[in-house]
Amino acid sequence: MKAAVIVFPGLNRDRDMIAALTKIGGVAPAIVWHQDADIPDVDLIVIPGGFSYGDYLRCGAIAARSPIMDKVRERAARGVKVLGVCNGFQILIEAGLLPGALMRNTSLKFVCREVKLEVTATDNAFTRGYQKGQIIRCPVAHHDGNYFADAETLARLEGDGRVPFRYAEGTNPNGSIHDIAGILNAEKNVFGLMPHPENLIEAAHGGDDGRALFAALLDRAA
Amino acid sequence: MKARVTVTLKAGVLDPQGQAIEGSLASLGFAGVKGVRQGKVFDLVLDGLDAEAAKAQLTQMCEKLLANTVIENYAIEILA
Repeated sequence: MKAAVIVFPGLNRDRDMIAALTKIGGVAPAIVWHQDADIPDVDLIVIPGGFSYGDYLRCGAIAARSPIMDKVRERAARGVKVLGVCNGFQILIEAGLLPGALMRNTSLKFVCREVKLEVTATDNAFTRGYQKGQIIRCPVAHHDGNYFADAETLARLEGDGRVPFRYAEGTNPNGSIHDIAGILNAEKNVFGLMPHPENLIEAAHGGDDGRALFAALLDRAA
Repeated sequence: MKARVTVTLKAGVLDPQGQAIEGSLASLGFAGVKGVRQGKVFDLVLDGLDAEAAKAQLTQMCEKLLANTVIENYAIEILA
């Protein structure tokens, strides 16, 4: 199982993501700079968090239009798994790989805290390491994580089991509709989420609830 | 040629920033403000296009980058 991490200027969670993939997968991922011509032949492409291009215009908007995203789109269409965390989720949405929009948190504040996530679907490559109904801990750190989609899109997401993570126990940090923390595309090979599972993978982090996501993706025992 | 693109949130999309501004106006003593919606304005200088071609290109710019049409509407004005 080979992975690549796409890096745009302004990201700041790329090293955390590379560390998580290396520790859990046992192999360092390929690192792809946004100006690289292509992505190596991998099974998993990860877009980490941060503030690509200063989040000018809209969060993720500029990165989503960069040429490397055409390559990500091509690979996704061929079934390669794509994971976007935080700014990575915003980029996938702006690139049209996932539906809806991520708006300013209803509190208007940057939230940096731990939330609870309910695992509401496990029939996909990303959350299959969890039990349906399981509540896990996960950190969040964002200003624009307030998920919004029109009623028709929401009905499709909910009806097709494309909302695998939902904020639980009153911990919705941003006002997301239906407490949505992460969504899948129709083929379930593209997953975007606002929380940072890569920041809760070992005892030194104070817990390892995020580990099962990467273990499942990288075909490793949790 | 100068053009102005105005991007606004669609009706029904929650605008917490607009609400915060509305609250701030009320606290400054401006009575009777019944709603504030925040948007963006882009002033563009275009070269070598007639008004019709410019409008077509601006529409493409809005669809591809300037607006997120999931949540935003846009309006194009050719200024001079």
